[in-house]
Amino acid sequence: MMTTTVYVPRDTTALSLGADAVASRLERAARQRSLDLRIVRNGSRGLSWLEPLVEVETTKGRVAYGPVEPEDVEALIEAGLFEGRQDHPLALGLTEEIPYLRNQQRLTFSRIGVTDPLSLEDYTTLRGFEGLKKALACDAQGIVDEVKSSGLRGRGGAAFPTAIKWQTVHDQPEGQKYIVCNADEGDSGTFADRLIMECDPYLLIEGMAIAGLAVGATQGYVYLRSEYPNAHAIFGEAISRARTAGYLGDDMLASGKDFHLEVRLGAGAYICGEETSLLESLEGKRGLVRAKPPLPAIEGLFGRPTVVNNVLSLAAIPYILDHGGQAYADYGMGKSRGTLALQLAGNVARGGLVELAFGVTLRELMENFGGGTQSGRPLKAVQVGGPLGAYLPESQWDSPIDYEGFAAFGGVVGHGGVVMFDDSVDMGDQARFAMEFCSVESCGKCTPCRIGAVRGVEVIDRIRAGERAEENLVLLADLCDTMVDGSLCAMGGMTPFPVQSVMKHFPDDLIRPRAEGGR
Amino acid sequence: MPHASPQTDGAWTPAQIQDVIDAHKSMPGAMLPTLHAIQDRFGHIPEAAIPIIAESLRHTRADVHGIISFYHHFRTQLPGRSVVQVCRAEACQARGCRQLESHVKAVLGVDYHHTTSDGEITLEPVYCLGNCACGPTIRVNDEIHGRMTAAKFDRLAEELTATVVEVR
Ligand SMILES: Cc1cc2nc3c(=O)[nH]c(=O)nc-3n(C[C@H](O)[C@H](O)[C@H](O)COP(=O)(O)O)c2cc1C
Ligand code: SF4
Ligand code: FES
Ligand code: FES
Repeated sequence: MMTTTVYVPRDTTALSLGADAVASRLERAARQRSLDLRIVRNGSRGLSWLEPLVEVETTKGRVAYGPVEPEDVEALIEAGLFEGRQDHPLALGLTEEIPYLRNQQRLTFSRIGVTDPLSLEDYTTLRGFEGLKKALACDAQGIVDEVKSSGLRGRGGAAFPTAIKWQTVHDQPEGQKYIVCNADEGDSGTFADRLIMECDPYLLIEGMAIAGLAVGATQGYVYLRSEYPNAHAIFGEAISRARTAGYLGDDMLASGKDFHLEVRLGAGAYICGEETSLLESLEGKRGLVRAKPPLPAIEGLFGRPTVVNNVLSLAAIPYILDHGGQAYADYGMGKSRGTLALQLAGNVARGGLVELAFGVTLRELMENFGGGTQSGRPLKAVQVGGPLGAYLPESQWDSPIDYEGFAAFGGVVGHGGVVMFDDSVDMGDQARFAMEFCSVESCGKCTPCRIGAVRGVEVIDRIRAGERAEENLVLLADLCDTMVDGSLCAMGGMTPFPVQSVMKHFPDDLIRPRAEGGR
Repeated sequence: MPHASPQTDGAWTPAQIQDVIDAHKSMPGAMLPTLHAIQDRFGHIPEAAIPIIAESLRHTRADVHGIISFYHHFRTQLPGRSVVQVCRAEACQARGCRQLESHVKAVLGVDYHHTTSDGEITLEPVYCLGNCACGPTIRVNDEIHGRMTAAKFDRLAEELTATVVEVR
């Protein structure tokens, strides 16, 4: 009897929409029909709006159905799902031909959703650990040079050249050094780190091991936010399998080199995504931001030279080592090389992960990929780069996305989150929330941020209540300047960006008294 | 329907706390892993356990207090049988979480950081669960629920409270 292979994703988004129930209904239905069914719990393809996206193996390739709710399963099977028939309204044809997927440039995310995330065999079949093998065959400086030629810049927000950071740690005298992966992914609208950890965890493991070889570090930590229980479970299991198979630990791949890796959980503090706060937290303390210098590359975790990199920076490394830095640098524009993981979120019809070379415009992204708003109402504003990013009005949607281009008009690419809002949004609410969020999440070390954010909420409330609005607007502008100029880190230093953007581009929303019952 | 409920009745003894600490204290930067392990096992970090933690990990009690209160995740009070977190962050706002939030508070009859009068559900805010294309999103213990609506929440709340009656 022929085996039918069906894929049901197990990433957080699919699970949040009933993927487990979908899988068990498929199983039950197969049993009733005495069908030999193999269900693979793959990762997500990143087409979030289609989750749970069920795929069926056919002679022509994998065909997709989605979004599949548990209640749809019976009807889908009646309509020939197990045979890959395409008669049902949820049928999407060949997965790889879905334009959203086909039109991407997936270098880092080439495997997500394709494989069983925990299968080492799947991983190595698709060139997994080839980058590590190449790294093991060359000296440390050679690895750093390869990364240098890729032009890779940090994907966590600050866009600092990765190779320069690595070079600094590499050049420190031998001794205990650390690789710390920043998996705190606190920005609203971002989920690309999570997709790596849940859908292609060995990629991050490989990237970290290569980083260890490059700088002479034998210990790595992944600082993972506690809001990601599913990523924690999958990634933890991946580490233990990689260790058992000899890709981690002492004498990895019989190379004589060691690299140990451990996950540490955060505890619900946005500021712990800031690298020095993160290091404090890893050391077991409150996450108070450290003054720089010293740089973590010189005095980092436990006072030792430390590479702190975002998940996506490290996940880009295996491709760079495997295909060469130049192959990566061939994508992109200007000083922004390679691909960027954009995440379409919020009020968007087709939300999900879009990996593209730098240079696409926001409008292309939001229209061609996103398909406009989910509500069908006109798009009003978009926040790029997380809660510290400005709200961009329509006049700013046509500039190509790259670090310098965005910086030129006060925008932030950050971690690539793109949060769309339709015209029902009250931008005054959004400005207030920016301050409120900062007041909740400030580490409290410096006054402009700790006190400024609280005052910011009060002043905005007064403006919106129509209390001496003119005067209070001036006060708000001053307060923003004080926070920008006087804060120790970007939490206080950038919280004003969304506020200022509302003052500049959506002043009517701010001054209009707020709607009854709204918050 | 199971809801990945890790809750215990919160009962603990100093010896049990000590066991958990001893299992973690040799780790570099042992404090957070230790606090997590205690909270995972006992549902909270009992006030009375703080001196034990402080002594074992060579911190002052004030330090340990400071650390626990710095992190939103840690709690010194036993929560309800389920912890419900509503995502309040921007991407969920864009999909209607402000309305959902009001609804949830009204249905449960509590504000954030409080537990329903029957001791069933503790309500907490959360800032992003990484499900930002499919919000509004809530977390119930370790399960994430996307595309949440008022009606879906009502069903969920009913299930959460109904499971009490099921004596195992
Ligand atoms: C308030 C604040 C929050 C941050 N959150 C994150 C985060 O969640 N993840 C991340 O990788 N970087 C975050 N960063 C940036 C880090 O400080 C740091 O630049 C980054 O981890 C370096 O890695 P990269 O060079 O690979 O980007 C944050 C910075 C600030 C100021
Ligand atoms: S700006 Fe805010 S978060 Fe940053 S160090 Fe100052 S108080 Fe802490
Ligand atoms: S020197 Fe090793 S990959 Fe280039
Ligand atoms: S903003 Fe709610 S899940 Fe990300």
